Amino acid sequence: MSTAPSIAPDLSGRRVPPLGGFNLTALKLEVRRLTRNRRTVIISIVSPVVFFLLFGLNKAYDSEAYGHGNVAAFVMISLALYGAVLATTFGGAMVSIERAQGWSRQLRLTPLSPVAYIVLKILTALVLGLCSVTAVYVAGILTHKPSMPVGLWIATGFSVWIGSLLFAAFGLFLGYLLPAENVLQLIGLILALLSFAGGLFIPISQFAHGVQDIAKWTPLYGLNQLVHTPLLGNGVDWTWVVNVLAWLIIFAGGAIWRMRRDTGRV
Amino acid sequence: MPLAVKLTGVHKNFGHVHAVNGVDLQIASGEIVAILGPNGAGKTSTIDIMLGLSRPNSGTVSVYGMQPRQAIARGLVSAVMQTGGLLKDLTVSETVEYMGSLFAHSQPVREVLSRAGITEIADRKVAKCSGGEQQRLRFALALLCDPELLVLDEPTSGMDVEGRRSFWSAIRTDAEKGRTVLFATHYLEEADAYADRIVLLRHGTVVADGTAAEIKSKAAGRTVRATLAGASEAMLQAIPGADSVEVRGETVLVHSNDSDAVARYLLTQTAAKDLEVTARGIEEAFLALTGDDPAPGAATTGAI
Repeated sequence: MSTAPSIAPDLSGRRVPPLGGFNLTALKLEVRRLTRNRRTVIISIVSPVVFFLLFGLNKAYDSEAYGHGNVAAFVMISLALYGAVLATTFGGAMVSIERAQGWSRQLRLTPLSPVAYIVLKILTALVLGLCSVTAVYVAGILTHKPSMPVGLWIATGFSVWIGSLLFAAFGLFLGYLLPAENVLQLIGLILALLSFAGGLFIPISQFAHGVQDIAKWTPLYGLNQLVHTPLLGNGVDWTWVVNVLAWLIIFAGGAIWRMRRDTGRV
Repeated sequence: MPLAVKLTGVHKNFGHVHAVNGVDLQIASGEIVAILGPNGAGKTSTIDIMLGLSRPNSGTVSVYGMQPRQAIARGLVSAVMQTGGLLKDLTVSETVEYMGSLFAHSQPVREVLSRAGITEIADRKVAKCSGGEQQRLRFALALLCDPELLVLDEPTSGMDVEGRRSFWSAIRTDAEKGRTVLFATHYLEEADAYADRIVLLRHGTVVADGTAAEIKSKAAGRTVRATLAGASEAMLQAIPGADSVEVRGETVLVHSNDSDAVARYLLTQTAAKDLEVTARGIEEAFLALTGDDPAPGAATTGAI
């Protein structure tokens, strides 16, 4: 079993890739995969636009002033948030499908580090989230109903997009927690409930008092309040920030906990 | 130069099941080694440990002198796994492009596709590929980083004879350039035809380790069985021509390529009686070495 010098391999040129293997080609292919899933695209991009066209164009909404803009702008922001959180949750939950198909295991035979993989998933989710926000805002522009200063279009759109990061963590958590077969259907249902509770469809002031108290603890409530702040100009309530941070810790912590278990078992 | 693979006293338990039970294995650069054993012998568990996919309960693993994970990050090792590992919603070439993007250096997509013989299905979705085509795609992925060590876990399971032959000819061509290849199989013919060295695994332990020719010559020999009181293994081992021996109470078993010499010796130099000589085919030898018989066959002592 002696090694002949002629076949002694040269290991000196063997390098570890930078950034733990993260690269834009992989990101491009991840985004392509996500957009190839027709159901994901319809639910997270088409459905919020349709909801906006159905519920945001009420005649009274564009004439009624609200904060620095009008009610139509308020509804548009809510529905952009709805679409963005659907998109980022779907993006994160794709890990479930990858685990089921053994792709996560295959990736462990490459230099890709677990951190780079998660960053890849989160950025993919954010790209779809951006498409979703853009689609609703473009619908807003084309219908001429929402009205607010240009700076607020940008500020609210950006807040919605960055805020949807919270749900990329939620998606990752679900993706590591649930089996692939039913994770997508479940997400649609869970997010519809959370959107109601968070006041994205109807202001929670219209709920009974007891229900309102519960609704304020749900994960979309704080985020929904925060993304409307630039429009309403009513200042930030610290409880909203606590709500978002607390849920971020729960979702990210849960995702890390499940991910550790997952990679330990394989 | 560090060894391609070095396993020392590796144990892996799943609950009460000892999948790997003290494996020592050293593989030098340029070797083509088959890990041969029946299902459940611990082949996949051993390979998983070698690739850093699972951690041994005890023992040490090194690949080119490093942790498996470090060797993988440098593209020194790649593997073709049995099943799974492919995304159904990507095309064949997208899958190769994706995987290739993760390495510091990787072979061009087109070249890898052509070496694996899947150029003509490059634009096909993975979900629409046959089992054999998917296996070739896994092979293509394993070639991307131009690894020093290629590990194949039962690479041809589920392939027809023709698919198997062309798959192995691709591997063989590839190995001629000096690549170290390690593959697991439960087909004796496959190990015999493609490996320079065969490691026989049974119940998570190495029961034999030698060249294919050595394994075959061992299998081609005969076993002499006799009744002999007070025999010791050391004494039997000293018989000219004996290559492995066993003592079971008053019964002694001596395996040899020259069974006549052993029989003559036992009858003339010892008090042995009830002498019996049995031949064993390759398959029987394999079964005797790896089978579930609680008292292993005559050939478990002594190196081959």
